[in-house]
Amino acid sequence: MEIKKGIAVSPGVAIGKSLIVDSEDYRIPRREIEPSQRVEEIQRVRNAFHEATEELDALERGQDEATGGRIKDIFAVHLRFLRDRSLRRRITDMVHTQSVTAEYAVSTVLREIAAHFETNVKDTYISERAADIYDIERRLLRRLLGTKREDILHLREEVIVVARQLSPTQTAGFNRDYVKGIASDAGGRTSHAAIVARSLGIPAVVALEDLTEIVRGGDRVIIDGNRGIVIVNPDQETIRQYEVYSREFLALEHKLDSLREKPATTRDGVRISLLGNIEFPDEAHLVLEKGGEGVGLYRTEFLYLNRTTEPVEQEQYEAYAEVARVFKNKPVVIRTLDLGADKYTQSRRLAPEPNPFLGLRSIRFCLQNLSMFKTQLRAILRASVLGQIKIMFPLITSVQELMQARMIVHDVMEDLDEENIHYNRNIELGAMIETPSAALTASTLARDVDFFSIGTNDLTQYTLAVDRGNELVSPLYSAADPAVLRLIRMIIQDANKARIDVSVCGETASEPEYVMLLLGMGIRTLSLTPPMVPEIKQVIRSVTIEDCNHLTRTVLGMNSERQISGYLRATARKILPEAF
Amino acid sequence: MGETVLEKLVCETTLEIKNAEGLHMRPAMQFIDLASQFDCKITVSNADRVADGKSIMQVSMLEATCGTRLQVRAEGPDADRALEALRELVEVRMFGEPPP
Repeated sequence: MEIKKGIAVSPGVAIGKSLIVDSEDYRIPRREIEPSQRVEEIQRVRNAFHEATEELDALERGQDEATGGRIKDIFAVHLRFLRDRSLRRRITDMVHTQSVTAEYAVSTVLREIAAHFETNVKDTYISERAADIYDIERRLLRRLLGTKREDILHLREEVIVVARQLSPTQTAGFNRDYVKGIASDAGGRTSHAAIVARSLGIPAVVALEDLTEIVRGGDRVIIDGNRGIVIVNPDQETIRQYEVYSREFLALEHKLDSLREKPATTRDGVRISLLGNIEFPDEAHLVLEKGGEGVGLYRTEFLYLNRTTEPVEQEQYEAYAEVARVFKNKPVVIRTLDLGADKYTQSRRLAPEPNPFLGLRSIRFCLQNLSMFKTQLRAILRASVLGQIKIMFPLITSVQELMQARMIVHDVMEDLDEENIHYNRNIELGAMIETPSAALTASTLARDVDFFSIGTNDLTQYTLAVDRGNELVSPLYSAADPAVLRLIRMIIQDANKARIDVSVCGETASEPEYVMLLLGMGIRTLSLTPPMVPEIKQVIRSVTIEDCNHLTRTVLGMNSERQISGYLRATARKILPEAF
Repeated sequence: MGETVLEKLVCETTLEIKNAEGLHMRPAMQFIDLASQFDCKITVSNADRVADGKSIMQVSMLEATCGTRLQVRAEGPDADRALEALRELVEVRMFGEPPP
């Protein structure tokens, strides 16, 4: 049994067999085993050879002699390698003498052979031979590391996905019925994969550093997405404890679900509005199911990812209209394209940007790609007649940017007028306040918008100069830092003075320990990941604004992040002990 | 006793690779398939590199290109027949491949 501590990014508990994803591009790390495990490990090597041989036999037989003669030859060669006792012995000898895992020995020996062909043999078949060896390596590793990689899309049994790093696309493609938990070596609390895991309601722990070196495919794994713990090969007692804990957690969730119809009102009668953050149109129902009263952040990047051509206006219109129809007269805040360091924008550049987080991203990218920006605004405006749609511009850093964006909205409105196309003329426009410059000039920006939404993720990252996805510095990333809190307070005060709405749509809105603080600073609208709505509602229903104000005064008098986050956690634990 | 001595028959010969592309994967496969049909132990060497003639891993790693002269040693009751068959494959049929 081995216990690894990471960052809890999506709540819940899962117990299951591990499936290692992405092994194909990844070098198998050296992992030593107990000498007593060697016999079992050698048997794993034999089984892998045996199963791979059967698989190849079937493949070879399936090739037609006439058309597939060449392929048949290749498979025949691979079969000879798999049946080569001296090759298998070289691998099992390595397991035996060095006490390493089957995966490591297979990968090392076959790569040694491939390297021999790449460096020593001087004929035209060099690369072809090395490729053959790599192919044999992959075939064996697939047997050793669990189900075949492509099977991630066609799962038939429940698994815990273990990976070095997961892309948002991979995570979004997971089948919720079978993927019961996610654990990754890399990533942070606000990494994209974590956000997607949360919205799918799959327990996840990230930043586990070397988990993939410890877990083997098929190992039993416990993911504790509440405490940020992963347990590899737990003993019977631990499994039993977790089964109990998991039932209790589900019971809590169930209890929280019963809050759905109740308002998010504090004990002293202050009504708080809870909205959902969504990524895909079909998540709109999840928001309603969890008791959300609208959408405070509708990310639109999904329309542009995994493609090289721009989505047409009608496609966008349908995506916006679908959500607007679900919510009718409840608010739906659509954030305009917030792309940056990704394939879509980078493929439009001649050279990659050296520092994409400080580069041409988000509203900056839109303002330099006007026809694309206008297409999106047209689609949003057309959908605006169907419900309470609002437009929000991300990453505003100056009043000029805001004015420019507003002007473009008006240009598009004029075009629509000329074409006699209906839209909501009084549509509300807002700015995401997520850079220190926007926070410091909030009083100016407030004159040109109807609402602010505080994006605490980027605000924290830019204020503290910490990349939240870099596990080497991610411990420094904290919204509880006094610098971040002072900026948040300033934004709220300036919004209140200008009498415009202000809400929080960053991760802090879904963290119970921050809720009292945000209410105490004057926030009355929170937009958060849908699965967390019931829990946050429970917190709100357990406190008074007076409690929150008191807590806020105390926190704003503190000078260190450590002191503040400790105090916030301790207070939240008193309010909602089951969740901690 | 005389028969036992005969079973320990040891034969050696030199085979020259004559096909243009040398002892790449497919010829190596043909070589070991043929060698495996005999009971005798077969070792193949290219300079100081020695391979088990029935192991595709070892034979393919011999780096034998067109013109390479391989030392083949067979040890066992059917050693002479094995070498004759291998000579036919390597030098006469040239693995069914063209010469340079």
